[in-house]
Amino acid sequence: MKSEAKARPAPRVRGRRLGAFVFLSPGLTYLVVLLLVPLGLVLSYTVFQRGRFGGVVYEFTTENFTRLIDPLYLGVVGNSLRIAALTTLIALLIGYPTAYLIAQLPSRWKTLALVAVVLPFWTNFIIRVYAWIMLLSGPGLVNSALGKLGLGPYELLYHEGTIVTGLLYSYLPLMVLPLYSAIERLDPQLREASANLGASAFTTFRKVTLPLSVPGVLTGCLFVFVPSFGNFVIPEMLGGSKSTMVGNLIRDQFLKARDWPFGSTLALALIAVLVALLIVQAWAARRA
Amino acid sequence: MLKIDGVSRSFGSVTALDDVSLQIEQGEFFALLGPSGCGKTTLLRIIAGFETPDSGRVSLDGEDLLSKAPNRRPISLMFQSYALFPHMTVAKNVAYGLERERLPRQEIKQRVGEVLETVGLSAHAGRKPAQLSGGQRQRVALARSIVKRPRLLLLDEPLSALDKKVRADMQLELKRLQHEVGITFVVVTHDQEEAMSLADRIAVFDTGQVRQVDAPVTLYERPSTPFVADFVGANNLFRGLATGLDALRSEDFGMLAGTPLEELAADTPALLAVRPERIELADENAVRGMAGTVVDVSFYGGVSHVSVDVPGHPKPVLAAVQGAGTVKPGAEVKVRWNAEDAVIMADPQ
Amino acid sequence: MRRSKLLYVPFWATYVFLYLPILVLVVMSFNSGDSAYTYEGFSLKWYGELAGDERIRTGVVNTLVVAAGSTVIATVLGTLLAVGLARYTRSKTLDALALMPAVLPDLVLAIGLLVFYSAIQLTLGLYSVTLAHALFSMAFVAAVVRTRLTGADTSLEEASRDLGAGPVVTFMKVTLPQLTPGIVAGALLAFTLSLDEFVIAFFTIGNAEPTLPIVIYSMVRFGVTPKINALAAILLLVSFTAVIAGQRMTRIGESRAQD
Repeated sequence: MKSEAKARPAPRVRGRRLGAFVFLSPGLTYLVVLLLVPLGLVLSYTVFQRGRFGGVVYEFTTENFTRLIDPLYLGVVGNSLRIAALTTLIALLIGYPTAYLIAQLPSRWKTLALVAVVLPFWTNFIIRVYAWIMLLSGPGLVNSALGKLGLGPYELLYHEGTIVTGLLYSYLPLMVLPLYSAIERLDPQLREASANLGASAFTTFRKVTLPLSVPGVLTGCLFVFVPSFGNFVIPEMLGGSKSTMVGNLIRDQFLKARDWPFGSTLALALIAVLVALLIVQAWAARRA
Repeated sequence: MLKIDGVSRSFGSVTALDDVSLQIEQGEFFALLGPSGCGKTTLLRIIAGFETPDSGRVSLDGEDLLSKAPNRRPISLMFQSYALFPHMTVAKNVAYGLERERLPRQEIKQRVGEVLETVGLSAHAGRKPAQLSGGQRQRVALARSIVKRPRLLLLDEPLSALDKKVRADMQLELKRLQHEVGITFVVVTHDQEEAMSLADRIAVFDTGQVRQVDAPVTLYERPSTPFVADFVGANNLFRGLATGLDALRSEDFGMLAGTPLEELAADTPALLAVRPERIELADENAVRGMAGTVVDVSFYGGVSHVSVDVPGHPKPVLAAVQGAGTVKPGAEVKVRWNAEDAVIMADPQ
Repeated sequence: MRRSKLLYVPFWATYVFLYLPILVLVVMSFNSGDSAYTYEGFSLKWYGELAGDERIRTGVVNTLVVAAGSTVIATVLGTLLAVGLARYTRSKTLDALALMPAVLPDLVLAIGLLVFYSAIQLTLGLYSVTLAHALFSMAFVAAVVRTRLTGADTSLEEASRDLGAGPVVTFMKVTLPQLTPGIVAGALLAFTLSLDEFVIAFFTIGNAEPTLPIVIYSMVRFGVTPKINALAAILLLVSFTAVIAGQRMTRIGESRAQD
């Protein structure tokens, strides 16, 4: 009896340990080998020198960081920040009214309108960008339409505005979805209460709906900003050689210039900006 | 004076309001009472401006209300859910309506302070709604509604979200406030006790129509329609034919004593209603009364309810007696009442 | 409540913005002329050209191989990880680690994997892309399965353990059947994400025969032709069908799990 009572908890504990091992170790091993080790390598490369034909020479240097603060490269980072911020702002300005209206549609239309916003997102990314080349290039649809009005042709591709258009087209659904869920959750009686207390529709929006949907605004902005900031495909396809973003720079360092240490340093800068942004976002979300 | 004139509203095939007309006097405490889905909330929302009637007119002191947007009506609505703005403090919630009137900052501050004092929440002015109890939230909602000094205050099920003890307190509080501020109160409720204890007059609603409008006591003692007799309070109901006299002819029980509320032609279908507290339990050998068997005695503190199974009557007859009942289940008794204690009304079905 | 008519301007603008390019893309794929800019008449010739294009055929096969392989790895690892995180640990750090591949910019994952593969001197090819895709797909599968796990009833698992079943038997007989709709949804998501993925594949494919998104990328850089439009139209059709079918399947799966 005694020994049985004593032995009883043991299988449970052993079971838990076994369970933790069986379930957690495969995935965690995968994450360590293919995520943490690679990121560690990238991080370590930032203080080493480049090899002559790519790769690294394991000799300490701070040269990569001195190069990073060169106005040429800082300018590119600033450029990327501006483009990503502009994209986010426009996405918010057209995404908010859209999400607001969808949230107030009768439920039958609501689902349809939501699916319609997300659907283009599930088509090939490169093809979505290609569509804009087709529309905006020299003999493209927009120019031929303008030509019928006796205008143009204009050089519509290879501007910063083209990059913003492409980013906006790719990531707008990521703005609408979190906004929709934040607005849809609001109690409609709050708006009625506001009207009952004498507020106009606009005041109700400004004083009640908007402040209560701030968490959705923050999430949406983050969802659009992050992929825009680190993008290299859209600037390359739509922006031509004139305007470069951090993503292009990183890609070139790895695949063309073969300067992996400097490329890693740029990637570190990219992550640093995003982490800083996440911290700001978390702080703002807590205040809201 | 709030005047509702022939208001109808249907949603698809459902008729929520069917030609409703009411007049509510200045300074009155008025209740719209009815089971859920009877249309009372629709009427409230029409008065507040969140619904539009299909036909009919609503005016306040002779001024047409329906042409005005909800935010331009001199009417406050206290929502059943309270609808407090979760991102604003108590003081901000209360000040919201005054800020919309663009009053001077000093005046807003003063009036908010006063009203919070009135509802006893001065100490909580800086809290957010989530930090308050249910009763406190209700007080904030009330303060937010009356601080605008509306001509009419609508209350949607004001006490339904509160537990029993707080309810009794708030009931008194509402009455006191109504006396103090002198605003017309219109309360919507499905709870007859709430309506009876609060209101000066009650309109009983059923399937989109007003069945009776009267003071609580009259409503209780002189229900004029079968629906009201059945819905308001416990009642013993007997069906039969009018006699033209102070009695109802029942197929199963012969002549039953009662007072017709209006002249009823002999042999028209009629209903007799008698309150449990008006029923007298007599000895089985008594000359007058219906013979029956006691099936249950329930003690409620002040009174006891005695259920008497009378052969031929679908439900046991309920009698309320003072104190603990002296009869026991199984006892043979006779139930009876006086003609002036029972009412006879037309029974259209 | 009345809404301002002005609100409808950005609302409709959003949909026009989202669908006009797609519409033009599809219309131009039926062009009988050689230009992707001026419509000359209806023809299916570009679809025919497409079918005869060796590079695209190889690209499609490669993409499917990568998507299938990475989905299998990601679904197995992601499901185990989700159960492990939900039932056997309370660590916030591990939670965050599991989500990281889904949150990090694809470019960062891509260079990390490139650096790692070259450090261990792995010859790049389809399998290196497959392993890379499994990394972020695993994060998505784990996230989807976890949302189902938090909704699931733990007392069933406890009852199973109480009746003497070990963690593995409990998982196979009790947990797994409850999780099936989540796992199916996660696997579908993983498959779709992999089909579409460009950046990581671009960095980790090396000199091997590329996947379809990379083929499209180089075609587009080479010039604009209606052949790309035809390919785009087919891919659109596939994606739309998959999304709608996916929604149906999760809905059926959920209603079945409730029975």
